[in-house]
Amino acid sequence: MNTRFLIGRFIDLCFVLFGVSIIVFLMIRLIPGDAVAIMLGANTEITPDRIAELRDRLGLDDPLLVQYGHWLWGVVQGDLGTSIWTGRPVLGEIASAIWPTVELTALSVLVGAGLSVPIGAFMAQARGGAAEVAVRIGAIAGLTIPSFWLGIVSIFLVAKLLPGVSALGYVPFTDNPLGNLQRMVLPVIALSLPMLANLSRLVRSAMLDALGQDYVRTARAKGASRRRVVYRHALRNALIPFVTSVGVSVGYLLGGAIVVEQVFAIPGLGRLVLGAISERNYPLVQATILVITATFVLVNFAVDLLYAAIDPRVTN
Amino acid sequence: MHSLRQNKLLAFALAFVVVQVVLALAAPWLGFQDPFRQIMSQRIKAPNEVNWLGTDQLGRDVLARIVWGARTSLFSTATAVSLALLAGGTIGLLAAYYRGWFDRIVMRTMDVLFAFPILLLAIGVISVLGPNAWSAAIAIAIVYTPIFARLLRGPALVLCEAEYVLGARAVGASDLRIIGSHILPNLVSVILVQTSILLSAAILVEASLSFLGLGAQPPTPSLGLMLSEGRNFLLLSPWPAVFAGIAILLLSFGFNLLGDALRDTLDPRLRDAEAVAQ
Repeated sequence: MNTRFLIGRFIDLCFVLFGVSIIVFLMIRLIPGDAVAIMLGANTEITPDRIAELRDRLGLDDPLLVQYGHWLWGVVQGDLGTSIWTGRPVLGEIASAIWPTVELTALSVLVGAGLSVPIGAFMAQARGGAAEVAVRIGAIAGLTIPSFWLGIVSIFLVAKLLPGVSALGYVPFTDNPLGNLQRMVLPVIALSLPMLANLSRLVRSAMLDALGQDYVRTARAKGASRRRVVYRHALRNALIPFVTSVGVSVGYLLGGAIVVEQVFAIPGLGRLVLGAISERNYPLVQATILVITATFVLVNFAVDLLYAAIDPRVTN
Repeated sequence: MHSLRQNKLLAFALAFVVVQVVLALAAPWLGFQDPFRQIMSQRIKAPNEVNWLGTDQLGRDVLARIVWGARTSLFSTATAVSLALLAGGTIGLLAAYYRGWFDRIVMRTMDVLFAFPILLLAIGVISVLGPNAWSAAIAIAIVYTPIFARLLRGPALVLCEAEYVLGARAVGASDLRIIGSHILPNLVSVILVQTSILLSAAILVEASLSFLGLGAQPPTPSLGLMLSEGRNFLLLSPWPAVFAGIAILLLSFGFNLLGDALRDTLDPRLRDAEAVAQ
């Protein structure tokens, strides 16, 4: 990897993070009408004093640029604002809800990406007529099954068929490892299925592409077994587009997790942000969106570097 | 042989989509039951000869609510995707045509929007605008704008360098004329394919948003809402939730298959590549 490439990617990263921060900052300011009255309106009496106090607390009376500067300076120091209802730093509320979401997303990446390689490689060997159509329909079905529906149906089936098993809620891994994993099975299946469908199809077409290349023919000609050619030569080259797609899929999973958490009553960031929206706790909504998006951007930055490490052509 | 099979697939996908769209659009005139009428004595019934797909927690006919729900879903996703195509397509085309600083600034802005996870950005937009069906449509439009801009900028860049475009410019054709009658017509196949696939994805996003209570509000018939309401009495009767989910799946599946089949038929380069692979 050369330094020019690294510097270029780093500048891109800073630019995107800067842009994201502007959009997230503007969120509260774009609320039509008086945001402060709306925020207070959910369950307190609105008095001019209260409005003035909250406006002051949120710094809404300064010029926009000054507000942004204050806000960004706070964010850089880890101050994402304070919850309107509890008055505590929102960072603390996010920290207490982040682990279920991280676990759910990470396990789904592992399952989705991990299974898609053997499934895709296997599908690449099924060619022609009926097999083509089956692969295609299967992949599209996997992509278009709503994850929340799959979740609801699986909850129903488990409740009917395995009445003793608890499929809902969340227990920390450190408290009860088995109970934790048991409750993760259904949410992970629901969340990872579209990713699995998408990636398997990608691995399959990349494999077909790679299998048609000269070096594969050469490997076969010099006596390498079919298995060895598939897994050693073709698969390796097929992995390059795969890595990029895994990075992009993380964004889908982070969004999908919000819905899946709601289905399975998992107390993660999704429930936090939805609760915050219904309470009109805008600083909390803002901070949660910022944290999740920044994570996604950083994951993709890491994927870009990984991509460059796998494929030296990228950096030149 | 190959192209014949492709055409069969395309015909099937098209028929599949058209049947669903016609059913949804013509719902008020097709003799379905009133999707709003509540019959308290008929609550939570399994499928029977009067209510083919059963009834929900308020005794409303599930079949009627599904067809009307599909209607709601199609109206809001079609609005959203059209807006996104208009905004994103214009941005992508102009960026490719004018290049330079305009291209850089505009596409960088699109990159920033693209950096948000789709559903999260939509939720953010709705938290600003307030939860209702319109906000959901606007949110989806905003989320898909950068996707269309990126999808159309690439092919448009190639077209801008084509001999006939350079020729048209040389003889003094106006920018509007070059974009409108030389570049745009050549992008129609890309637009058709991507619009169909993004409609499929948008149907799922719209359903997710209504499921979370951020889209259409009761008593509007909405597939996502049916699922979240059905979840509360799942063990009494899984039917409303199960059928609403299948309806979302069929809608989304149809548009995705259509896009896939269109891509094969309209993009000869890809078709040849597949033929080589076989």
